[in-house]
Amino acid sequence: MTLTATPGTAQPGTADLAVDLDGVVKRFGAVTAVDGINLRIRPGEIVALLGPNGAGKTTTVDMLLGLAQPTEGTVRVYGRKPHDAVALGLVSAVMQTGGLLKDYTVEETVRLTAVLFGKPPSVVGEALERAGIADIGKRLVGKCSGGQQQRLRFAMALLPDPELLILDEPTTGMDVGGRHDFWQAIRRDAQGGRTVIFATHYLEEADAYADRVVFVRRGQIVADGTASEVKALASGRTVRATLPGAVASQLESIAGVDTAEVRGDTVYLHGRDTDPIARYLLTETPARDLEITSRNLEEAFLTLTADSPEASK
Amino acid sequence: MTTAALLEKRSLPRFGGFTVGMIGLELRRMMRNKRTVIFTLVMPAVLFLLFGTNASNRTERVGGGNVTGYILVSMAAYGAMLATTSGGAMVSIERAAGWSRQLRLTPLKPVAYIAVKLVIAMIIGLVSVVAAFAVGSVSGAELPAHAWILCGLLAWVCSLVFAAFGLFMGYLLPSENVMQILGPVLGVLSFAGGLFAPVDTFGHTFATIAKFTPVYGVGEIARYPLVHDGTLWAAVLNVVVWTTLFSLGAMWRFRRDTARV
Repeated sequence: MTLTATPGTAQPGTADLAVDLDGVVKRFGAVTAVDGINLRIRPGEIVALLGPNGAGKTTTVDMLLGLAQPTEGTVRVYGRKPHDAVALGLVSAVMQTGGLLKDYTVEETVRLTAVLFGKPPSVVGEALERAGIADIGKRLVGKCSGGQQQRLRFAMALLPDPELLILDEPTTGMDVGGRHDFWQAIRRDAQGGRTVIFATHYLEEADAYADRVVFVRRGQIVADGTASEVKALASGRTVRATLPGAVASQLESIAGVDTAEVRGDTVYLHGRDTDPIARYLLTETPARDLEITSRNLEEAFLTLTADSPEASK
Repeated sequence: MTTAALLEKRSLPRFGGFTVGMIGLELRRMMRNKRTVIFTLVMPAVLFLLFGTNASNRTERVGGGNVTGYILVSMAAYGAMLATTSGGAMVSIERAAGWSRQLRLTPLKPVAYIAVKLVIAMIIGLVSVVAAFAVGSVSGAELPAHAWILCGLLAWVCSLVFAAFGLFMGYLLPSENVMQILGPVLGVLSFAGGLFAPVDTFGHTFATIAKFTPVYGVGEIARYPLVHDGTLWAAVLNVVVWTTLFSLGAMWRFRRDTARV
């Protein structure tokens, strides 16, 4: 599909998108934080922006919220400029840190947000209830735990009844219990059909709560798929062994090996089931010093970008 | 649901989000801060009681009142300045806490935010003047009836210059404890501006310098209905120039702060 309409006018097929990032680049001086992202999200999707720290997730979120302007490309949220969408309450966000005043009470913070959005006072209690903090309404924000503050941010984000809710690393710094409660609240809320985008570097979170996962790495989208596809990518293990004179193409013909790498005398064999690989190496080749490790997220990213040679790390 | 249908039920608040509701909540928060209450309401009254109410001050006459009344007006002006400065300087704390950024995720327009801050600064400035005068009226301060009203009103209105000063400093200084810096600064400025001791008691050079400092104009104007003395036009010019300078400074920093990177 080719789009020729000028920005700002309704584009058939894109007018009803929740999010439309088109060739978005963001540079801070010499640093390129976002390097050409194209992303379309339909209403009702729950999307995880997954990537290591510094991948450009937060910068992308800032541009979606109008807190930062792209250097190149266009950002549209429900067909509008991000800041306009924010002002109308079409999109709201739970940010990573900050954004709270510690000498307000929980209830006052939400009430002020209601006042700013021109909502009646009746919505305050409802938002507190939905965020699971109705019982601590009278507590000063400064006396709340990290998890409680995060649920307060969530209550504030719910007030305009946004079509799109953006969560930027929402569970950073929370303990296991807090993390669980927070996601419970989000999950209950999303059943109403709200579009949710959340940035995370926890694979488990993306897996458990997103129906679409967008991998971001070094400011680019390196994969975009369902949560189960992601899980498959990141599952599996790596067998590392010392095997002088090995050739990658021969190693890849070993049963069970998905990909193989040779770095000097060391070989790295990736596969879903590594036991037969190890058995083969030990019985049929002179390989020694075997080591079997789970593939982590960073390696999943490496796998994803294996066909595009990296200049240097 | 189409975008058009989504937008039907959504609208922007009036006046860029400037509401009485926000002012009420912000005032309540400000009054919760004990340091603010002590500095703006208690301290000027205590200073007045310490330095203004001894026997000689009570008996010595100035204009239609006594020296105790003269000192009361100066202290009320000092309290109003402290109050409006800390009202304006609230933006510093809010920026440090990331609250300003949070507010950018609401329909509140930056100009409406500044307007709310100015209104709050002026409200606590007024409370400060009223509190000082209430203490003064029962502690031997004597002023002619018109001077009670005019001096109070002028001390309050002129403290607008320090609301602008507070905003400027609030945007300039990234500190979370900005009033710990501004408190002593105001003390020095108040001394230099003749609020704690009349400028005539300084040497000639210092007396001349004093006339160009920002507190001088406020004090002279506030006391004028009592003493009918001094060059009023110079005091008015002083207040106008400093208000303009501080406002320009605040606008310069404010523009930089709200510019989207």
